[in-house]
Amino acid sequence: MSLTLLLVQGLNGLQLGILLFLIAAGLTLVFGVMDFINLAHGVQYMLGAYFAAHFAAATDSFWLALLLALPATLLVGLVLEFLVFRHLYDRDHMAQVLATFGVILILNDGVRWVFGSAPLQVPMPEALTGGFPIMDGLLYPHYRLAIIAGGLATAGLLWWLVERTKVGMLIRAGATNAPMVAALGVDIRRLFMVVFGFGAMLAGFAGVMAAPILSVEPGMGDNLLILAFVVIVIGGIGSVRGAFLAALLVGLVETLGRSLMPDVMRLFLDPSSARQVGAALASMLVYIAMAAILALRPAGLFPVRTA
Amino acid sequence: MSIQFGRRQALGLAAGLATSGLAAPLVARAQAAPVKIGLVALASGPAASLGNHLRDGFQLGMRHLENKLGGRAAEVLLIDDELRPDAAVTKVRAALERDKVDAVVGVVFSNILAAIMRPVTESQTFLISTNAGPSPFAGRGCNPYFFATSYVNDQNHAVMGKAAQDAGYGRVMLLVPNYQAGRDSVAGFKSEYKGTIVDEMYTPLTQMDFSAELARIAAARPDAVFTFMPGGLGVNLVRQYRQAGLANIPFLSAFTVDEASLPAQGEAAIGFQTGTTWTPTLPNEQNARFVRDFEAQFNYVPASYAAHAYDAAMLLHSAIGKTGGNLADKAALRAAIKAADFRSVRGRFAFGANHFPVQDFWLAKVAQRPDGKFQTEHVSKVYDNVTDPFAAQCRMPAG
Repeated sequence: MSLTLLLVQGLNGLQLGILLFLIAAGLTLVFGVMDFINLAHGVQYMLGAYFAAHFAAATDSFWLALLLALPATLLVGLVLEFLVFRHLYDRDHMAQVLATFGVILILNDGVRWVFGSAPLQVPMPEALTGGFPIMDGLLYPHYRLAIIAGGLATAGLLWWLVERTKVGMLIRAGATNAPMVAALGVDIRRLFMVVFGFGAMLAGFAGVMAAPILSVEPGMGDNLLILAFVVIVIGGIGSVRGAFLAALLVGLVETLGRSLMPDVMRLFLDPSSARQVGAALASMLVYIAMAAILALRPAGLFPVRTA
Repeated sequence: MSIQFGRRQALGLAAGLATSGLAAPLVARAQAAPVKIGLVALASGPAASLGNHLRDGFQLGMRHLENKLGGRAAEVLLIDDELRPDAAVTKVRAALERDKVDAVVGVVFSNILAAIMRPVTESQTFLISTNAGPSPFAGRGCNPYFFATSYVNDQNHAVMGKAAQDAGYGRVMLLVPNYQAGRDSVAGFKSEYKGTIVDEMYTPLTQMDFSAELARIAAARPDAVFTFMPGGLGVNLVRQYRQAGLANIPFLSAFTVDEASLPAQGEAAIGFQTGTTWTPTLPNEQNARFVRDFEAQFNYVPASYAAHAYDAAMLLHSAIGKTGGNLADKAALRAAIKAADFRSVRGRFAFGANHFPVQDFWLAKVAQRPDGKFQTEHVSKVYDNVTDPFAAQCRMPAG
């Protein structure tokens, strides 16, 4: 394993981390501010990708598709909030898990119904096709760099929104003590709706960004959702800063683990069992890391101080 | 008195009817009743498009046969297995017991086939797989009521092993999902490939981004890469492989680039290679008609799932014709199916002793047609009229 290969894998891990952050940011806000477990958050990611595929085919432009997909996912998020989630805020977590799981099933089959079950593809934007040679014989696609840049910019914007604006202040206050914020005369329901719609749009944004490199298919958000939950638990529920750092950590552990584990195992085992054990260990590594972090800091890396 | 008379009259009437013909129309009606085929085609879940190919291929066959099998009207009962063995067994049992289907056809995935194998064959109903071909059913587990119009799964991987060997690739890297079929794929490839395996990479079935593996491939610089990534996995891998600029390393695959995945892979897959029994370009009259009419009817390019299912319809037609529409004599029907007296879209087609095809296997390449659509095109014959390696283990029991 050469140093360049390690750097390439680091970049790959960073890119996965950025995508995870975009999904986890909304999830951690909704969970932290509203104490609401939304399993259907991964579906928003899938819908973002499907909207991108649909609009890209209709308009022949990735950028127009991005522009149209964002309000579309925002709208879906608000409609879901109005129709379903609003009625669950006061229920216990089990009811929320059940209901939002039902939403996953309905929407996964819904997109199959509307778009068919064959995977779709979204062409890369013309300006970002191609890549630069990062090591001998390997191109790093420009588009993946754009994902990293776009994700970092979004993280910056989010930090500014949460830390420097009035709405952000209310959100932070809501995460600490929601009833108190309501008692001070803030319409907490409307705040919840804003947070919810915004979180849905962030996940949709992640879906749009991922669509040109991944196949767009029903259920594509389900696996990422599990990792996103790992991220918000490691980061501390309700903390955007924690989600950011945890997402990068999970992305790096996941990617480097997959790439290094078989080699590490080869030091102890014969090649064929090293490959098997390495692959198995690599898929556990993220959860081992989560267990280790929770053992040291039970509330996550950046716990939100609750009243 | 009148009651007695009435009873006697009734008895007489009944006896008269029985001898003179009330039973006869019943027999005639049974003969005229349509042949019922249970078509097990996956219609839900991410892999449903494979089931759609299978269903449409069989339906096109029925259309070409004007909904008649061997001269008898036929009825197709669609069964969605949901890719859940328990659901498949429940639905297939219902088709056997309630609907009294005369044959069960279809099945995309091997685990579904394994689940319905016993219920179907134990009821002495013929089961014809048009895709799934797990090796146990070709070897020790071969069954007098089971036929396959497809292949033994392992063969497609072995074909690519032989193709890599024939092409003289000295160093090959393998990339497969970490589950049983992935490991079987590696074993199949290795059974024919004698060169150096640089590395074997096993990825979780849920992994959608292959950038880490692609970096390893670039670092190792093999002569070729062999992979088995069905469905959405293959869509992701093919596009990322092209985007990473690795396309100058030959991409060999099984079940990864085909007409079911090509609409989503598009240009990224051009020139990528696969091992197969059939391509839309095989030059024979039946195939030309099949592909032309399929596209006219369903507006997409058929994959081998459709071709094998189409062949199954033609096979049933020939067999039921041979027995004169008689489905009750199982031994005669079995012999008629085994004769495989139909013209396959693959050209030559025959059943071996284990009821799996003895057929040719091709190395095929992805190309874009003048009309912009993508398809696989046969390049060279890798196996000529080959019997699968498991046939020798089959001791076919008498029905």
